[in-house]
Amino acid sequence: MAVRQWPGWKLACGLAMMGLAMMGLAVLGHAPARADDQVAVPLVWVSLTVKSKVASTVLMPPPTEEGLQGARVALSENATTGKFTGQNWSLEEHAEASNEAVLDAFRAALAAGRKLFVVDVPAPLLLQMADLPEAKDALLLDATSSDDSLRGADCRRNTMHLLPSRAMLADTLMQFLTIKGWRNILLVPGPHPEDQLMADAYRRSMKKFRLKIAADKPWTFVAGARRSDTGHYAIDAEVSRFTQGLSYDVLVVADEAGDFADSIPFHTTDPRPVAGSSGLMPQAWSPVFEQWGATQLQLRFKKTTGRIMTSKDFGGWMAVRSFGEAAVRTHSADPATMIGFIHSPQFELGAFRGARLTFRPWDGQLRQPILLADTRQLVSVSPQPGFLHQVSELDTLGIDQPETACHLN
Amino acid sequence: MSPQLILRAGAFAAALLTAAPAFADRLFVSNEKDNTITVVDEATLKIIATIPVGARPRGIVLSKDGKSLFICASDSDEVEELDLATLKVVRTLESGPDPENFDISLDGKTLFVALENDSTVGFLDVASGKTVKAVPVGVEPEGMAVSPDGKTVVDTSETTSMAHFIDIASGDVTANVLVDSRPRRATWTPDGKFVWVTSEVGGNVAVIDAVSHEVVHKIAFEIPGVTKDQIEPVSMLITPEGNTAFVALGPANRVAVVNAKTYAVEKYLLVGQRVWNLAFSRDGSKVYTTNGISNDLSVIDVAARKVTKSIPVGGLPWGVVVAP
Repeated sequence: MAVRQWPGWKLACGLAMMGLAMMGLAVLGHAPARADDQVAVPLVWVSLTVKSKVASTVLMPPPTEEGLQGARVALSENATTGKFTGQNWSLEEHAEASNEAVLDAFRAALAAGRKLFVVDVPAPLLLQMADLPEAKDALLLDATSSDDSLRGADCRRNTMHLLPSRAMLADTLMQFLTIKGWRNILLVPGPHPEDQLMADAYRRSMKKFRLKIAADKPWTFVAGARRSDTGHYAIDAEVSRFTQGLSYDVLVVADEAGDFADSIPFHTTDPRPVAGSSGLMPQAWSPVFEQWGATQLQLRFKKTTGRIMTSKDFGGWMAVRSFGEAAVRTHSADPATMIGFIHSPQFELGAFRGARLTFRPWDGQLRQPILLADTRQLVSVSPQPGFLHQVSELDTLGIDQPETACHLN
Repeated sequence: MSPQLILRAGAFAAALLTAAPAFADRLFVSNEKDNTITVVDEATLKIIATIPVGARPRGIVLSKDGKSLFICASDSDEVEELDLATLKVVRTLESGPDPENFDISLDGKTLFVALENDSTVGFLDVASGKTVKAVPVGVEPEGMAVSPDGKTVVDTSETTSMAHFIDIASGDVTANVLVDSRPRRATWTPDGKFVWVTSEVGGNVAVIDAVSHEVVHKIAFEIPGVTKDQIEPVSMLITPEGNTAFVALGPANRVAVVNAKTYAVEKYLLVGQRVWNLAFSRDGSKVYTTNGISNDLSVIDVAARKVTKSIPVGGLPWGVVVAP
């Protein structure tokens, strides 16, 4: 276990405390923010470490401590704000290699009275954690999953989700294709269970927006040699054969692990754009994203971690910032008060989208505009103009209240 | 004195008395994407010069003697001084990393610089070009405003959602006022009694009592046909007599005209896209706006409350300053 405090804490804290002590007037929370009566706000990070299967390239080395690094950057932001509110933020880090170790660490933290968790674990393990009786009054902010079942039949009152679900990602792309009038889609799911779930989300979304599945054709070729010498010839032959005789406007590929999706663009028989896991990608965060002040976070993240920020990092960042927002707005470090506020309609998160981000009360999902970007540029942001909703246009993305399978009680 | 000099002096005096156009002011616009400053003749609204400056120029402010323009060259991590007579960058000042925006002390000796990446406000000594003090504030400081009495500077920190009141003499933070999400800018009322703070995500203006540091009012905006999320208030101007305020609403592409006494929104003026910063002409009859997405500058007639003209400037125009 590692307990992390913001590294610059002591120095900046000292400086700020000098200022605050001298002014003799604390406006916020009426709490005199002296070093000796700082209120502690301990957060706990729990993750199952998974070895990256993505091959390293010069352009994109596999991100280290993905998700956690975002949480750390947000912790330093909470800490800076905490200097002025008399709150001393910390993040206990439990990155464990097995399900059992994750559960043990989680139980131990609960036994120590911790209530505020940021988690990065697969869906089945998340359910095991959320269902522990002692976790009933805790809040688990799911920083990294996109699993629809966790927002549906398997939703839990003590679990909320920061990143978009697969259904939201699918709607992000399909709304754009609808606007463009690219209506005939060649859907190419990969072999993994996650790819099947993503493909299901695309199928559901195509039905929702009345787009046509020109063909639904699973990818079976094992593309081991793309980056070996002359490997591109084999890829070109394979993708050409794969797309021969099919008539469609756009090829949508579901390959969450990134095994083959990048092999498809420019190799298709007909000249057609690629979207999904390559080409035009729906995502929560992208290194090309600069709008609404995002540049500041991109630079801050890069400076602190030495690498570019990913969607999972953004999930970790939003989770820790959500706790930060709750503490500042309620003037409280009491977990029950903070959790109550996060569940309330008053909660709003500013997260570089212009819009105020709020949680859907019926399934604990954060509403958010979602990016569509390729590797070099932001192409669009959904919801697209014209997709209307009686409550929030952000609810045109993903599973809406009338259709939810989540019945929180 | 030689006859020639007397003649010149006489002509100068005559020109001062009669012809405003000969001494028309100039508008200086920082273009964030082009790394230039566009100079516009105020009388004709024609571009007279485009000056290359440091990377990502954003905040600009006039020196108190009116002879120089200070420029935050954000990606060059420095402040530049542009000589307004020669239109050349004559000096760089060591501001620290990523200066975004600043204001100048009443005596003109100090620049208060928002150092966005460091979460500090730097006190930059103009004479030496060195930062003499760094005050830790909240995350992503941006707005900077010196009080009319010159004793206090207010910073707004976007991610911390606070306005920090800093005593200039001591460098102490004297108050931290929580406002709505992502506060962008601060502006003092001319009587020094209130500070207005815009919140980008909150979509409103908080009016803070400068003595009690309480938020006494929030000004909200509603525009038919414009979604709430597009209303992101940024820069503000308040007329010298303190009656009327102009609030730039960012991607709503409008400037709100607000009664500064009753806080009622009286009119929305359609300007260019992503309206960001504002400046009064020196006689107060015009307001100039920079419009980041349409790459232009709009001219508002203050008395008529009408947009009379827009002129193209550089790429992603950010700040605007009126100078002799």
